[in-house]
Parts: sequence; C-alpha cells; structure tokens
Amino acid sequence: MFPSRFRYEAPQSLTEAIRLLREGGDEAKVLAGGQSLVPLMKLRFASPELLVDINNLPGLGYHRADPDGTLRIGALCRHVDLERSDLLRSTQPTMAAAAPLIADPIVRNRGTLVGSLCHADPQGDWASVVLALGGSVVAQGPGGRRIIRVADFVTGPFQNVLEPDEIAVEAVIPPPQGARAGGYLKLERRVGDFATVGVAVAVETSGETVIRAGIALTGVGGSTIEAAAAAGALVGQPLTARAIEQAAELAAAVARPKTDHRGSAEYKRHMVRTFVVRLLSRADPAAERAA
Amino acid sequence: MTTVYDDPGDQVSDVPVRRIKFTINGVKKIAEVEPRLLLSHLIRRGIGLTGTHMGCDTTNCGACTVLVDGQAVKSCTMLAVQADGREISTVEGLATASELHPLQEGFREEHGLQCGFCTPGMMMAAKALLDRNPDPTEEEVRWALSGNLCRCTGYQNIVKSVLWAAEKLRSQSHG
Repeated sequence: MFPSRFRYEAPQSLTEAIRLLREGGDEAKVLAGGQSLVPLMKLRFASPELLVDINNLPGLGYHRADPDGTLRIGALCRHVDLERSDLLRSTQPTMAAAAPLIADPIVRNRGTLVGSLCHADPQGDWASVVLALGGSVVAQGPGGRRIIRVADFVTGPFQNVLEPDEIAVEAVIPPPQGARAGGYLKLERRVGDFATVGVAVAVETSGETVIRAGIALTGVGGSTIEAAAAAGALVGQPLTARAIEQAAELAAAVARPKTDHRGSAEYKRHMVRTFVVRLLSRADPAAERAA
Repeated sequence: MTTVYDDPGDQVSDVPVRRIKFTINGVKKIAEVEPRLLLSHLIRRGIGLTGTHMGCDTTNCGACTVLVDGQAVKSCTMLAVQADGREISTVEGLATASELHPLQEGFREEHGLQCGFCTPGMMMAAKALLDRNPDPTEEEVRWALSGNLCRCTGYQNIVKSVLWAAEKLRSQSHG
C-alpha cells in the first residue's frame, strides 16, 4: 500500500510552514510523527494534496515546566520523550502513567502528543489525559497565537477547530493548585491495540481534601468523554471509599460504550467503574501514608 | 537505478520527484524518490535490501523495523523522503563479512526463530534496546519487543535470544 500522490514540503521555519498551509488550504495536512496520518494515507482515508512536514522545524521537541509549574509540550515532542521523562515522573502522575501505554514502543519513537490531540481519534489516549488535566492546545497561524482548551479543541471524531493555516505548536498543562495524584489505566487486548477502555484520573488535594479533579474516558463513546459530574462530586471532600464509589458510578453513567469485538457494552461500562475506583484509591493521600 | 512513474495524465501535476541523500548500513546513497514512496519500499525495491520484511503494512506487526539515526522505526510508516540526511541500519548491517552479530548468534543458539519472517524486525528492535540498555531485565526485553509480532515462537525463545546477545555483548566490551 502507498498513499495517493501529493506535493511534499519540509519547511525550515514555522512562518514558512504556515505560508505553505495557507497556500494549500483545505487540501493541506501537517505531518509530524506520521504514525496515524501515514497509515490513513496508505489506506486512502486521507488524500491530502500537500503535505507540510514539520519535522525540520527547530525548537519544537521540548517538554518543560515554567517556574509556576505550567507544563509545555512542543509539537515535536515524541511519546518516547515523555515516557523517559524524569520531569513527568516527578510532577505529572497521570501523564507518566499514560506515556508507556501509548501504541507500542516503536510507534512511540515517532508519534507526538500534540499530533495525537490534533488527530482527535475517539480512542486516542492523550486526549483523555489532557482533558482530565484541563489542558490546552496553542495554535499558531498567520495572525499570531491562540490558546484553545482541549475540551473545545476537538469537535468530533477526527475533527478539531484548527483553521487550515494554523499549526498546533504546543500543548499546555496548567500548574497544580495542590498535591497532584492520579493515573491512567488502559484495557487493551494486546500492546498497540486501541483501548477497549481507558480512564484518566487527575486529582489535586490540599491535606486530605480534593480541591480539583478531572476524569476522562477513552474508547467508550464517539469521542473522548469528560466525566465532569464524577469529577465534580469529588471536590471539597476527602477521597473516602464512599466518595470514590459515587464518582465511579457517575463516570460509568456517562460512558457510551458499544458492543464490539473488544467486548460488550456492559463489560466496558463495568471496566470504567473498576478503573475509576482503582485510580482514585491509589490517589488517596491517606492511603499513600498508610502504605 | 531507473525509476518509472505513472503519468498522472494532466498538465497541472507534474510528478514531484525529490533527490535525497542518506546512509544505509554505512554506505552513502543518493536516490530520487516520489514523496509518497515509503521507506520500506526504498529499502527493499530501490536498494534491493530485502532483509527488511513487509508484514502487515499497517503499522502493527513491526516486521519492517529498521533503525533511523539509531532509533527503531516502522519503515512502512515513514516516507522515504524523510530519510534525507539520516542514517539507516537494516538487518543486513548487523553481520560483518566473517562474523555474525551477537544478536544473530543469540537467535541461532536459543532457537529464536521458526519461520523467520519477524526476525529482522525483532533483531533491529532488540538492537535499539541493547544500544541504550546493555543489561536489560527479561521484562525490559519483553516491553521493548512489544511492538513486534511473532506468530510462531510464543516469544519465549526470542526473549532468551536477546538476553543471550546482551550477555555476549557485555562480555565482549569487558574483554
């Protein structure tokens, strides 16, 4: 298999890349890691006339924390960079848990977090993680930059709000207000398969009280699902068994799973509940002290 | 090397051909490629190195794994034009004229292959691991190879082969 014919440009600067995209309009696509786009082009699900390869753009491979704790991830930061990141391990438990579960180790060498967000696959893991953390995407176009919350960035399966001449240059995770805990759990039939069910949990606690919470679900609906009611119910109280159980019920209630070869809808909904309980039980600061 | 392209049949779109320079198994090459040519096709058809196998052609199986600047990449999922300026290693680059690479010896010693189709990809993924981590645990080997599928062996002997090679490489570097 190979893609249909396209024009290929590999600009050396962001300005040039944006100019090319403007020229290509709706028929242009940005190529970053290519681990989703190239397969789609080979299957002819995508047939862009112009491919703007941004891999030669300088200075986009970073992930770093601002002094206030804001995490910034450049458009060319690969999954493997995040998987091996000490910064993530020490400050971003939800992201650190997700990074080794993205696709498989060879795909992680090329694929990027920002590209995954743009691709907006309802079964993409990073979308849930970034949604649970309240993150955003920074888009740069001819007129400058704008920041778009991930909740508003994805408008449907494989659809985002980027203009044809905009490039997503960075993902941003806001700084925590309290002690950060959480994780990502993914049920998959084998490494590299899409998630049967994925759950991202991010909580911030002050003492034993939850002051912020985010829960998002992968693979159990036509898009990434933000379990806002479940997360909201946690805020203002400690992570008691009862609070955890309630959040798990609320999260399972907003899942919209379909029965398919990966499992029945009932099974998937049950796994959402189980994963929320597991992740929140581990996130409890009281439990951590006891252990 | 002669390359024949389909004539798109209209005046607007001339076949976009680009010239790239790269190194493969230490040998410098120049190629003229259509941007839609995949790296796997450049390696197999353009250069004639057929040790790199095409299995699923959908980014799943890892049989086509090669190293690009030392990193394992599924060559069916990278455009050949993106290899411009890069260094590529394939399974053919492992052995010297007189000696097998310890990974190849390991696969022989531990019976790490049956049909052999996945083996080149397994070896290249394993090489990337051992270059970075010369003393991996069994679990680390398993995770590193989790993007490579094998339908024959059940993986047991592949893992043993890689651990065998790791030990040999370590003893060589100490000796």
